[in-house]
Amino acid sequence: MTTQQPIDAHTPAPSEPAALERAVVKHWKAPISYAVITVVAAILMVGLAREGDATLRLATASDFIQLPDAVMPVRATGGVVVLLLAALTALSFWATGTARRLGAWLPIAFGVLFVVGFLVWAGAGAMIPIPGLLFATVGLSVPLIFGAMGGVISERAGVVNIAIEAQLLGGAFTGAVVASATGSTIVGVLAAMVASVLVSMVLAVFAIRYLVEQVIVGVVLNVLVAGLTNFLYSSVLTANPALNSPTRLPRIRIPGLADIPIIGPAMFNQTIIVYAMYLVVPLIAWGLFKTTWGLRLRAIGEHPLAADTVGIRVNPLRFWNVSLAGAIAGLGGAYFTLDSNGAFTREMTAGLGYIALAAVIFGQWHPIKATAAALLFGFASALQQTLGAIGSPVPSEFMLMLPYVITILAVAGFIGQSRPPAASGKAYIKQ
Amino acid sequence: MSDRTPDADDPIEAGHRHRDGAPDSDINPTVVHAPEVAEVAVAAPVATTDDRIVEQEDVWGSAFRRIMGGNLVMSVLAVLASLVVGGILIAATDERVQETSGYFFARPTDMLSAVWEAVFGAYSALFQGSILNVARADAGFAQLIKPLTDTLNFATPLIAAGLGVAIAFRVGLFNIGGRGQMLWAAAAAGWVGFSFELPPVLHLLVAIAVGILAGAIWGGIAGALKAFTGAHEVIVTIMLNFVALWFITWMLRTPGLLQAPGGNNPISPRMLDTAVLPPIFGPPFVLHWGFVLSIAAVVFAWWLIERSSLGFQFRAVGLNPNAALNAGMDVKRITVLAMLFAGGFMGLAGAQQVTGAVTTGFTAGIDAGIGFDAITVALLGGSTPWGTLAAGLLFGAFKAGGFRMQAAEGVPIDIVLVVQSFIVLFIAAPPLVRAMFGLPQPGRKSRRQRRDEAALAALEAKGAAAKAGTAQDARTERKGTGA
Repeated sequence: MTTQQPIDAHTPAPSEPAALERAVVKHWKAPISYAVITVVAAILMVGLAREGDATLRLATASDFIQLPDAVMPVRATGGVVVLLLAALTALSFWATGTARRLGAWLPIAFGVLFVVGFLVWAGAGAMIPIPGLLFATVGLSVPLIFGAMGGVISERAGVVNIAIEAQLLGGAFTGAVVASATGSTIVGVLAAMVASVLVSMVLAVFAIRYLVEQVIVGVVLNVLVAGLTNFLYSSVLTANPALNSPTRLPRIRIPGLADIPIIGPAMFNQTIIVYAMYLVVPLIAWGLFKTTWGLRLRAIGEHPLAADTVGIRVNPLRFWNVSLAGAIAGLGGAYFTLDSNGAFTREMTAGLGYIALAAVIFGQWHPIKATAAALLFGFASALQQTLGAIGSPVPSEFMLMLPYVITILAVAGFIGQSRPPAASGKAYIKQ
Repeated sequence: MSDRTPDADDPIEAGHRHRDGAPDSDINPTVVHAPEVAEVAVAAPVATTDDRIVEQEDVWGSAFRRIMGGNLVMSVLAVLASLVVGGILIAATDERVQETSGYFFARPTDMLSAVWEAVFGAYSALFQGSILNVARADAGFAQLIKPLTDTLNFATPLIAAGLGVAIAFRVGLFNIGGRGQMLWAAAAAGWVGFSFELPPVLHLLVAIAVGILAGAIWGGIAGALKAFTGAHEVIVTIMLNFVALWFITWMLRTPGLLQAPGGNNPISPRMLDTAVLPPIFGPPFVLHWGFVLSIAAVVFAWWLIERSSLGFQFRAVGLNPNAALNAGMDVKRITVLAMLFAGGFMGLAGAQQVTGAVTTGFTAGIDAGIGFDAITVALLGGSTPWGTLAAGLLFGAFKAGGFRMQAAEGVPIDIVLVVQSFIVLFIAAPPLVRAMFGLPQPGRKSRRQRRDEAALAALEAKGAAAKAGTAQDARTERKGTGA
């Protein structure tokens, strides 16, 4: 036994793995990021505190339950928020130092606190309509969420989907034209999905069959669809306005749920596309992690060779899943013309496909997290609109920049860890 | 070979002859010392032998084969196929074609002539708007060739920006950040151009240099993030595009930063006359000296990639970063440098936009989509500087002709984007183009070969079966006799 002692010191003994595997890598990026944000908050909310009160309106006149307006003193609220943020930051430092895991509540609480503090600071001497803000958030998030779901499925299957923008734009155009031509909005929605599937299939064929660099196909498809829809818009739709006047989807109010204070009107007085979103997101999250389909999908995106070895047909499965991703993104496209806008205009997606891509990355290729990221980005642009209306102390351009800056910080590793599926972007060539 | 004997007793000379071989000279020119190069140059004309001629013929033969199976023909076919697709779109959206298609089976010639008129009209307008204005040939030579100079004018920023994508490609990086880099460059060059009073030539040079620097910094950010945090440059450059867009938009609408004084619109003041690129030929031509800068940029990029030691490292990292690392190259430094150069070329394009194309004050749309066009230019150009020049000229021609096509034939200029995208898609997938034009796929046997082989295999199988059959017969026979 004495001779074996030095060997044990170098190689972990199989009998006691628990003692030897406690090599904990401490990530200081998160607490440092919290500290930076807390300092920013302190500068804004205490250093540059504005006088007066901010009024947060919590109900509209038509609501079932009339909550009174919340009147918040700007200075005091700012001070309390900064103190709480500092406490959370200290907690995060302590947890990292002692190698404890705190769970997801910390970033959520941190984010909510920061947003409340920011709202009160920005709304000093004015009234901020919270229900309107939330309604706009849902509205601006819907295409992002559908686009992000398409991105998650496609990238989990191993095909980088830069073409979300093209899928949204193609869906929006086709949805408007078909709904106008047939007079049926539902047919328009289906046509939007078909158009996006076609865009996806082009992406899939070039990526899987012709082994073209997937990012290049995606970028070119974005340019192609933008050019194609612009061309058809100028040459066909402007001459025949009847082809660009679809009937919009009706709003369906869900009794009971729509009467929940604050969030009810924003979430449950929506069109069928939005309700579809409430179904699609959990369905994808469940399917991805609990079903055979999801297991195979993740396998071909992480290690296609291993998947092939156990008999999964990698490339056909990739093809059909990328097509499915297109169908989901197509719903987001239909939302532009059949729900929010009511007519197609040139390049109406305006880069939202890229924000959806940002949500995929910031959401770590996870459907629920990506949805949360899309909601955050939607909230940022809704906030920008609301603050623009009441006279914002922050230039609206900086609010618009927020999703992109957050994404850069995320991929650089300052916020969370962003690790794409291992085989994402790599074509699989069967031996 | 007998003619070589006089050289053979001079070992140095013989050695040089071997070193002069075509494949070797490609590797790394900077390694070869200058005096040796000179000697080789002297030695080369001495050999006037038959085998040398044969060698040359062989070179030409292989070059011909390479061209037929390779990039140039593929590029031409891709352009042709894309023009066909564009023609189909033009015909399908033409009103006269739609009318006549209603009675196609009654009188097919009507529709066919309408299709011909629509497509021929559009493409002849494209030609007249981009190469030679035949319709105004009687108005003098200047009017005849003016479209050609318009093409060069449109190609100017496309070439510079295309280099910005191409050089990143060579290092294995994908620079989609052209828009942001151009915007920063335009803002910086524009700011120098309208707010400082400097002597004529110096002012222009300073403005362009500052623009290149600004573009380089914005590109360098993406390179540094890639090198030091591993953030994927595609995502970072896309996101930086939007950050730049909103930042420049904010500066353009904020008095005291970039906004023209006394106005409310998000537009900058006009450039001072000393910061405007002068025209090369003067009226009626609008072609300015920016084109010469683009050509200079092509030559510089060629020297940088193909002739400098830094360019050797660029290519090495692009081909295999791990091998480059093992060879002692600082891959992180190369990544940052490559994005700095890529951003710098984009910066030149941005500076050309404000000092040449739009000198009356710029908006946040000053990039005019060139940052994205540049990707297609670099892909079509095979990521080489000279290829980028050619592709930039082609897309410049499309742009120049597209405007005329829109004005004369009512075909929206967006068709140019469609054709460009199809060109890149086709270029990226040579098997697709070969299939469309019925060309043989390399590595795959022709149909006749496959048929012959199948027949041969069938024959062999038959023979084997027959053999096995006879063997079996023999065995049964033996069995029979044994029994």
